[in-house]
This record gives sequence, C-alpha cells and structure tokens, in this order.
Amino acid sequence: MIADPILRVEALSASIDGQQVVEKVDFEVPATGVTAVLGRNGVGKTSTLKAVLGLISRSGVVEFDGVRIDGERTHRVVQRGIGYVPEDREVFASLTVAENLRLAARGGAPHRDMVDELFPDLVARTAQRAGSLSGGQQQMLSLARVLMNDNRLLLVDEPTKGLAPRIVTEVAAALERAAAVTPVLLVEQNLPVVRRLAHTVVVIEGGRVIHAGPAAELLDDDERTQQLLGVHSTDHSAPRGDTDHSAPRGDTDHSAPRGADNTREETS
Amino acid sequence: MSTVLLLLITGLGLGALYFLVASGLSLIYGLMGVLNFAHGSFLTLGAFLGWEVARRMEDGSWLTFGVSILVGAVVGATVATLTELLLIRPLYLRHIEQVLVTVGLSLATVALFEGIWGVDPIYVVGPEWLNDTTDIAGALIPNDRFVLIAAALIVLLGLVVFLKRTRYGLIIRAGVENRAMVTALGVDVRRAFTLVFAIGGAAAGIGGVLASHYFGYVSPLIGGSLLIFAFIVTVIGGLGSLTGAAIASVVVAVLQQFANFYLGGTGDFMVVALLAVVLLVKPTGLLGSKA
Repeated sequence: MIADPILRVEALSASIDGQQVVEKVDFEVPATGVTAVLGRNGVGKTSTLKAVLGLISRSGVVEFDGVRIDGERTHRVVQRGIGYVPEDREVFASLTVAENLRLAARGGAPHRDMVDELFPDLVARTAQRAGSLSGGQQQMLSLARVLMNDNRLLLVDEPTKGLAPRIVTEVAAALERAAAVTPVLLVEQNLPVVRRLAHTVVVIEGGRVIHAGPAAELLDDDERTQQLLGVHSTDHSAPRGDTDHSAPRGDTDHSAPRGADNTREETS
Repeated sequence: MSTVLLLLITGLGLGALYFLVASGLSLIYGLMGVLNFAHGSFLTLGAFLGWEVARRMEDGSWLTFGVSILVGAVVGATVATLTELLLIRPLYLRHIEQVLVTVGLSLATVALFEGIWGVDPIYVVGPEWLNDTTDIAGALIPNDRFVLIAAALIVLLGLVVFLKRTRYGLIIRAGVENRAMVTALGVDVRRAFTLVFAIGGAAAGIGGVLASHYFGYVSPLIGGSLLIFAFIVTVIGGLGSLTGAAIASVVVAVLQQFANFYLGGTGDFMVVALLAVVLLVKPTGLLGSKA
C-alpha cells in the first residue's frame, strides 16, 4: 500500500470487441517517480493504460488523486490532468507539427517553452506535416503534446519502441525531466530504460498483476526477471522485432543485435 | 461544340447540387462513422420550408430567393442538429443501429412530408433571370446552373476556411483521421459531431432550395433521389474527404450528362459502373484514407 497514490486501480477489467484483455488488475501509482508496467507480449499492458483512460470498455475502480474517474468519458479524465502518450505515437499525419501541438494544448500550454527546449528539432519543423516526420521526430511530437500541458500524471506507452539508440537516449532524458515533477506510469520493453527511469514496477501476465515492487529489486534479480519477463535483466540489446519498419531510415536501429523475441507487445 | 459546352456546364450545375449533399455526408462519415440515410430528409425539408416562406413573400424576387435559401440552411442545420442530439448520440459507436435509425427517419419523414404537402410535385417560382439562358460560345446555358455552381463554390470555400482556420475545424480534421486520439488529448469530440451534423444539414438545406429551382419543383422524394448520387459521390471521392467529394461530384455529374446524351440515356448506369471501377481499383476512393 502506497501513501496517497496519485492513481489507484482496483479490480480493473477491460475488453475489446467482447474479448477480455485485462482481468481484475490491482495496482497503485505513487505520487512521485516512474512506475513501469512490464510483461510479455500481449499480456494487456497497453490495454491497461487504455482502460484507465476509458478508451476501451472497462469495469472496476479507477481512482485519480482520490476521485473515482471510472465513470467519466476519456476527455474528462484527460482534462483532470492525465497526459497520454500512445504506443506508435499516433500523431495526426495530415496535420502540421504546429497544428498537432495546437490541438493538444490545454490551459495555455504552460510548459511550451520547456518542450521547445527539449525538442528543438520540432521547433524547426512547425509547418511540416507530422506524417512526413521520422519515427523519432514523431515520438518527440507525441511526447511534446503531453509535456507542454500541466498534467498530474503521465501515461506513456512504449516511448522508445523502434527508435535508434541516440533517440532513445533523448526520449529517456525528456521523460526523466518530466518525471521530476510529474508521476509517470510507463509501459516499456527496453529494460535499460526501465532501470534508468523507474522506481516501481508492476508486472502483468494474462491480464493480471503477478508482481509489484521496487524496480531495482526485480531488475537486479536476473533469474526472477527471466522468469517474469522472459528476458535477462542484463540484456541491453534491442529486442528482436523491435525495429519500427515504418520509421524512415536514420531513426531506426538497423544495427541492433537480435535478442529475445518475447518483449514485444501487440497492440491491444 | 455548343452541345459539349451545354452538357459540361449543366453537369457542373448538377455536380454542385451533389456536392452540397455529399459534403455533409462525407464529413459526417469521416468523423463519426455514421452513414446518414436521413440526409435527404434535411434537404427535402429545407426545400419545402424554403418554398413555404417564398410563397408568402413576393414571388420571383431576388430577396425572396435569398431568404428561401437562408431558411433552407437554417432548417437543415436545426433538423440535423436535433437528429444528432436525439437519435445519433444515444447510439454512439453503435454504427448498425445508427444506420437503421437514419433509414427509419428517412422513411418516416417522406411519409410525413407526403401527409403535409401531398405526393404531387409543387412547382416553384424563382427570379425570372434564373429561367433565362446565357449565350456562351453558341451554347444557351440556363442561368440557374451558374447560381448552383456559385453556391457550391461559396459553400466549398466556407468549409475549407472553417476547417483550416478554426479550432473546431482542426478538431474535425484530426477526428476524421483518429477520433479516439482526439479524445485522448482531452478534447470533447462530441461537440464536433453536432457541429458537423449542423454544417452538413445547412449545406443540404441550401441544396434543397437550389434543387427545387433546378428541377422546377419540390416533392417529398427530391431528397432521396439526390441522396443516392450523393452517396456514390462520397464513396468515389473518399469517405471523409471534402476535396474528394468536390472532385467526384463534378466527375459523376458530367459523366452522367454526357452518357445520357451520347450513350442513349445510360448516365445512371455509367455512374454505377464508375463506382464499381473505383471500388475495385481504389477502395478508399480518390482522396480517402478509409475503405
């Protein structure tokens, strides 16, 4: 039990087209730091984030800062101060960078200056269509849409997926800076990034939470990590299949060695 | 040459009518995934109430004509808004039920209009200039075609400015691409749904009044007959694409006119054949991203 968690999830279940993808999940997110949601492919990590936001059909209790939000529509949940960075970026390809940011701006986007500082590449491309950005730039835009607003919790889904090591470092640095002031619930397959950012981990298997505790405790235990996640905690290589073939060349890590193939989650 | 010019400009005029109906259909489907079979009813009601107001004013004046168009727009927008709020919104994301309710509304309103105004066509009177012709390179072009084309261009321009320059336009453009992500950014996309219905209804209402002058009458079936071609235009242009709807409107109407004249009245057949070809070759339509 965490003292005054920012997010409390109890018996959360979710389904997509009648198929159950999350089953009675319980966990809490502390009001500071990064909480990582880990698990093998297709166990329901992305679906858990979507269920918290109400993007998919759900039941159970979702409490944000002491207030139940499980009956609210998605835009209301977000307006309470929950920022969402989806898997695969989901920028609006036909809109320009500036329009993507304008659409996402809430309350005057008080942290726009910080975002411009973090992602100078975007500043130079405000008139460019988001669909023509590289994978890394799209990820920066996806993060920028959220970081420029005043949020009280960030839900971030696989932000380093398919990115070149240099971009992964930039994204991790941006998240680290954001996490200094805003708690983050992070779905991430890249264990070095998890090790760098996360204080707490929640491991999901078959739609249920099978482990929760300090990140370092799990990641320092290679055998336990292998047992729960199917990868070695010391394996720093990019997982096989983690290359985003849709990303323009230059941002994709084609040189990444092929490691474990079980750390990629299908979109739920 | 004069025949070709006449067919071309008449096709453009008819295409303008198709566009006025199809623009709303396309935006509604693109943003909400709703195939609105009641759209023809917005058009018909706009036409009837436009005529009702016109006949109480000075017949044949430009002021009356202008007021009837305004009435058509307001009626179309109001009925469309009520339809969205009362019938579509409660069935949010239940697309089959939404289609069924719009089909039901369409059938019920035709019966209602027949009950109020009868089944026979009611002939309308417009400014005399509309019934005259203008000689262009030897072709005598009915003047109402120019009014239709001008109206469609004004609506197209207005919609483009709205979509490009306003916050709601931005929301609609983004929503057509990824509605769920718009809500995940904290935007209440349902307001945009209502607005899109209202805009589509207004365009249809304007189309209704103009159609009554193009055909020379208004009848309870006028909306349904145009709706079929508007759906074809929407699919050929690409669901959700305003520019696609504009291009397809012209292509369909001009093809229809030429086929009717040169290929023994096969205009409707050629349009359906074109639809089949587009669906086979490019299922997303000319400029659409959704099949």
